[in-house]
Amino acid sequence: MYEVIITRPRSLAEAIEALGDDNATALAGGQTLIPTMKQRLAAPEVLVSLSGIDELSGVTIGDGEITIGAATTHAEVAREVAGACPALAALAGGIGDPAVRNRGTIGGSLANNDPAADYPAAVLACDATIITNDREIRSDEFFDGLFSTALLEGEIITAVRFPMPERAAYAKFDQPASRFALTGVFVAAGGGVVRVAVTGAGEDGVFRWDAAEQALMKDFSPSAIEGLSPDPSGMIGDLHGTPEYRAHLVGVMTKRAVEAALG
Amino acid sequence: MAEVSMTVNGTPVSGNVPDNTLLVDFLRETLELTGTHVGCDTSQCGACVVHVNGRAVKACTMFAVEAEGAEVATIEGEAAPDGTLSAIQQAFQDHHGLQCGFCTPGMVMSAKALLAENPKPTEAEIREYLEGNICRCTGYHNIVKAIMAASGQDVSKIAAE
Repeated sequence: MYEVIITRPRSLAEAIEALGDDNATALAGGQTLIPTMKQRLAAPEVLVSLSGIDELSGVTIGDGEITIGAATTHAEVAREVAGACPALAALAGGIGDPAVRNRGTIGGSLANNDPAADYPAAVLACDATIITNDREIRSDEFFDGLFSTALLEGEIITAVRFPMPERAAYAKFDQPASRFALTGVFVAAGGGVVRVAVTGAGEDGVFRWDAAEQALMKDFSPSAIEGLSPDPSGMIGDLHGTPEYRAHLVGVMTKRAVEAALG
Repeated sequence: MAEVSMTVNGTPVSGNVPDNTLLVDFLRETLELTGTHVGCDTSQCGACVVHVNGRAVKACTMFAVEAEGAEVATIEGEAAPDGTLSAIQQAFQDHHGLQCGFCTPGMVMSAKALLAENPKPTEAEIREYLEGNICRCTGYHNIVKAIMAASGQDVSKIAAE
């Protein structure tokens, strides 16, 4: 990879200052960014490592909500929310492989917004709030197409706040080589509202499947999805699957998620 | 350039390396600990797995400077100073858990992390935990068997028989 200068701030304030440099990029767990740099698809001049900042890490379980520091690894999330939100713990524990989960972070995953990443589905389905150094962003406003988010230059995610759903589950059809989601569906129900978020399938990244949400709000059961299928136009087509295949998977994985959520 | 200091297999070490030095290159090139292998260099294969502060990580996907001050454990630290193999290493030998041996350092370090978390894993749990460790010889059956044996479990009924 190209030469790069790496800084290791010890506080959020130092990190924000370092990211004020136009040539600087934030480095979270690096599980996507480092391979991308090796391929020379990214060539930041300065990396601001966020892994040494204690205030960005850790899980707080409060009354009806879970707040996860941006630099918390997938492995930590899987361990620490297992009791409070098993669906989120299972999602975190199914990302990549054990070694990747020990480095990769929730903030890094969300800021990258890979169209096949797992966390965007949980954030969108649970209507979580993205907390940055500057403001709070609702899930519906955060994801902004392929590898794109509402984050501004120099703005970083500090934490993510999840309302605890009454019922939730994530069903993922793994792409077995990369272990990203070929299609993954997170279903969350709470307060009479059902949200269904789909990752891995949409050309513009994670999206909500409105028709399934409407059907599930009337009848939260797998049979409510019968006969429903999202439009394949706008779905990803690649060597792993056609848009029609992915559209079919969305229906299948939604049903599985509802079954799992009913436990 | 960055001055990097860490503890590797219990010994304090340091080096002055370019910032973009990966942890695996620091181990192999600077410290000449070549037991940790680079297989794919894309964080898929797991030949480079080492432990950083007790957690298994892919040393090809972490910068050396990020391990500043950390406790790092590599395959070289597994056997006793007199050459006596660790229980996991011995089980790999006893059950032919390696063919060409290239993936073995990563397999052993992942197995060690698994058994620290889950001292009596099932066969399925072992296979799932090894998702990020690839054996190009496809010697998985005996690797799984070796890890089960290292955990003190009966291996007479598992798939390799």
